[in-house]
Amino acid sequence: MNEVDGNAMAGDLREIFAVDLTAAVATCAGCREPCVVATLRVWGPAPGLVARCPSCDDVVLRLVRGPERAWLDLRGAISLQVPLPLVGSLAEGPAQPVGEA
Amino acid sequence: MARAAVSGRLTWRAGTVVAARWETPSVRTLVLQVPEWSGHLPGQHVDVRLTAPDGYSAQRSYSIASAWPGDGQIESGRVELTVQRVEDGEVSSYLADVLEVGQPLELRGPVGGWFVWRNEPPPVLLVAGGSGVVPLMAMIRARGDVRGRQPFRLIYSARTPQDVCYAGELARRVRDDPGLDVRFVYTRKTPDGWPDPPGRITVPILNTYGWPPDFAPDVFVCGPTAFVETAADILVALGHDPKKIRTERFGGTQ
Repeated sequence: MNEVDGNAMAGDLREIFAVDLTAAVATCAGCREPCVVATLRVWGPAPGLVARCPSCDDVVLRLVRGPERAWLDLRGAISLQVPLPLVGSLAEGPAQPVGEA
Repeated sequence: MARAAVSGRLTWRAGTVVAARWETPSVRTLVLQVPEWSGHLPGQHVDVRLTAPDGYSAQRSYSIASAWPGDGQIESGRVELTVQRVEDGEVSSYLADVLEVGQPLELRGPVGGWFVWRNEPPPVLLVAGGSGVVPLMAMIRARGDVRGRQPFRLIYSARTPQDVCYAGELARRVRDDPGLDVRFVYTRKTPDGWPDPPGRITVPILNTYGWPPDFAPDVFVCGPTAFVETAADILVALGHDPKKIRTERFGGTQ
């Protein structure tokens, strides 16, 4: 068992979500303190990760990766605020035509 | 426009080790050629997966040490990982001692979007404990590549002078990259003639060699958990805005 932080969950979360979730802000269901997912205290290593609130130590998120599925338990988070590009911005670029490198 | 292709599924792919070098007796840099690598930001990492013939697999995160695009030495599709051998580390000891040039390595990434430097205007304070210097080095290299003008300071805690990674390159960059300073802290043994006895990072060190809080620097702290907590607590006590302090902890002890 090794303690790391939410940064180390980036790959496993990016496998499930279309955007990076380490920069998202989770509000802990235990203490209601908002915290960046990257700062959660994470015990692992993969395939089973338990992420705890840095303020109150409650479990905010659990993620288990099996051979054919991932199991994500978010009952410890009231909400997740996910940073996204400004609506209407071209930051993500237009959709690429099929076949263009 | 491969760079715009940020979405899409994160999949495992095979890189190939094209070069390797020792940074210290226990830290090795692997230079990987990765097909269709679409670039990365300094501070991002990759997941590395090792699979045994019986199907057992182990996965770890490693920070990317190289900047993108390369400075001419790093060719397209090349990604450098710097790995500290950890006692009993099943992945790190393979990467440090077994993996040879020419062999494949399974990885996915880049991932991570928080512990990332995006070439923004504020001055930057980097605080490294041991091999926590790796993602911070990617930031220093990226700034050098774009000839960034943001003042950069690195405070780098290592056990002994022999444990300093990238020592030659850091010395060269301090000379050649305007506005970059490096201050070393030695915890076990200092070089001859060093003014301070060996010791851990302290309030006076971060106060003297970091930026004043009034400068509102972007702060990146990376290292073992205890180191990161100590350094972040000191920075907050000195008046730095906790929102400007980004941390990455990789467990273990220094």
